[in-house]
Amino acid sequence: MTLNVKLMKNLTVLICFILCAWAATARTWVVAPGTALSSIKAAISQARPFDTVLVRAGEYREGSLTVDKPLTLRGAGWPVLDGENKYQPLGIRSNYVSVSGFRVIRCGAQSMEDMAGIKVYNARNVYIFNNDLENNYFGIYLSASKHCWVSGNRLKSIGTVEQTAGNGIHAWKCDSVSITDNQIRGHRDGIYFEFVTNSFIARNYSEANIRYGLHFMFSHSDTYEHNTFIRNGSGVAVMYSRHVTMRHNTFAANLGGAAYGILLKDIQSSYMSDNEFIENTVAVFMEGCTRSLLERNVFRQNGWALKVQASCDNNTFRNNNFFANTFDVATNNQLVLNTFDKNYWDKYEGYDINRDQIGDVPYHPVSLFAMVSDQMPYAMLFWRSFTVFLLDRAEKVIPSLSPDQLRDNTPLMKPYIALLQ
Amino acid sequence: MKGLTAIEFPQSVSLPGENIRAHKKMLKIAKYVVYDILRNRFVLAYLVFLLVVSMSFFNMESDPAKGMMSLLNIILIVLPLVSTVFATIHLYNSYEFMELLLAQPLKRSDIFLGEYLGMATSLCIAFGIGVGVPVLLYDGSMRGFTLVVCGLLLTLAFVSLAFLAAVLSRDKARGIGLALLLWFFCTILYDGIVLMSMFAFSDYPLEKVIMGLAFLNPVDLARIAMLLQLDAAALMGYTGALFQHFFGSATGTGLSFLAMLVWIAGPLWLAVRIFRKKDI
Repeated sequence: MTLNVKLMKNLTVLICFILCAWAATARTWVVAPGTALSSIKAAISQARPFDTVLVRAGEYREGSLTVDKPLTLRGAGWPVLDGENKYQPLGIRSNYVSVSGFRVIRCGAQSMEDMAGIKVYNARNVYIFNNDLENNYFGIYLSASKHCWVSGNRLKSIGTVEQTAGNGIHAWKCDSVSITDNQIRGHRDGIYFEFVTNSFIARNYSEANIRYGLHFMFSHSDTYEHNTFIRNGSGVAVMYSRHVTMRHNTFAANLGGAAYGILLKDIQSSYMSDNEFIENTVAVFMEGCTRSLLERNVFRQNGWALKVQASCDNNTFRNNNFFANTFDVATNNQLVLNTFDKNYWDKYEGYDINRDQIGDVPYHPVSLFAMVSDQMPYAMLFWRSFTVFLLDRAEKVIPSLSPDQLRDNTPLMKPYIALLQ
Repeated sequence: MKGLTAIEFPQSVSLPGENIRAHKKMLKIAKYVVYDILRNRFVLAYLVFLLVVSMSFFNMESDPAKGMMSLLNIILIVLPLVSTVFATIHLYNSYEFMELLLAQPLKRSDIFLGEYLGMATSLCIAFGIGVGVPVLLYDGSMRGFTLVVCGLLLTLAFVSLAFLAAVLSRDKARGIGLALLLWFFCTILYDGIVLMSMFAFSDYPLEKVIMGLAFLNPVDLARIAMLLQLDAAALMGYTGALFQHFFGSATGTGLSFLAMLVWIAGPLWLAVRIFRKKDI
């Protein structure tokens, strides 16, 4: 045993030594305006794989730069890579590239190819962190790449219409990428995923994008948590995906006729927990979703907390908290194939005789007026009228229009968060 | 009416600066009406009721928004009811006092407006303390401010409607009946009728018609102003955004406020006209 341990130790030391010796052969190329090496392009072509290119402050207008070997590109003092609204400032076509500390601005827009501030083609282990991207068509674009890491970047654009703006962080056909701690505003979609699997999106702040804060298509087994999506044109859309985990995110102030805190379309076997939905027109809109679990979410002051279409089945809503929403749940049919269990509804008026914190009378979260305003939206102007209140009461006693089966048989008397504390 | 004989009015009526004097007389009458009403325990009870209700709403609900929603129901139903019934009864009960005043060299409109001012002031004070203070304490936001303003305007409008009902008939029972009918129409019947016709004509584009119809009812105006504050998120959905854009804009807010003023001044003006020519 001891011999083995000793051998391991020696081996480790040996490997470290070899690595250090090898690392010592890597050079650092310093690029600065007015010196012998004033072009990044020249530095990249002279450098050998695994060298470092250190770029000092200055404005670099070098058309479309391409990194075709493993390199570390580091900016010192925020050097500017300017695309002059014609070129793609930085393209990466090699594995093991890292880019940090740059200001990438004015990437060109073209309809034949999606140009981006920083675009990664077919690469593995590319790290893009701590960059400022401003007024680019697409911000950071990962195309058919794996094991990439995009972190701590700030992306800003001034797009006005969907057609002329690109996405902030765009990932297409990727696997195992990690998108963390980025700030994105003013793009078409803040973060866009298409055919991206086993990936992780965390702690991003996506604000005031033209279309969606986050847009997910055909992307399975992904996790996103602790993100904030606020004031986006249409909120967040997650579509045609399986095994998606969404936790501790905040969805706020996504307002408009077609704006959703989150739109779930054809989602299977997914999990949503501990999210907070504040002041959205529709907090969660579900269509064609199956076998998903939504638990411990908080819904505050939304127009509609949940719109569950009749095409959803086998979903469970458990331990969610509903506060001061105009309507708690709305649906478009009498058919109910989902389960509501132990949620807290602030509009619940039942009693709890045996004091087990569970109401003794079932709660029907769909109000008559939610059904009416679904058919006739302008009836909304009569909400909170005493007449409507009376009609709603009558409907509660003898349900005729609202689905009787949509009910919580075990409504909580106190909010679930309060029970935890 | 103890101490009423002690009121001293200036005897000369045709001196220069008569308008200012008339104004002063009106205010003086209003002052005595306020004293009289405050001596009557009813307004005090109303104040305490509002205070208890609003305090308990805010204390019971962890979320002030929820408390505001419950309070809104009180303001849309109880406030108009109390304002109309109390104002009508009070006007009938003070007929003797008014007869006494009419024997003095005073303009009829001054007496009537003095009565109105006194009545409206005391009810507004009760509302201001009973609801205004708790709302500003627990929720000093824009929606709280809107709620208080709406309540005050509704009080003024319904006192004015009540005065109209009271001058229309000399019979107390009929007058109160008419006032109650007005209240019932504004709070329940009107919305019911509009909703029914909305269902009946649901094939037609009714958005603008419905917005217009909202101006014909002071309760609806107040309710919509609060709806914009409490259910802004829901109003942004579908055609609801149209309402949000109209009523939420400066023009919409201005028009709503103007309509509310018409609802206050219109019935009052009509009542004054009738009272002037009335055989007391």
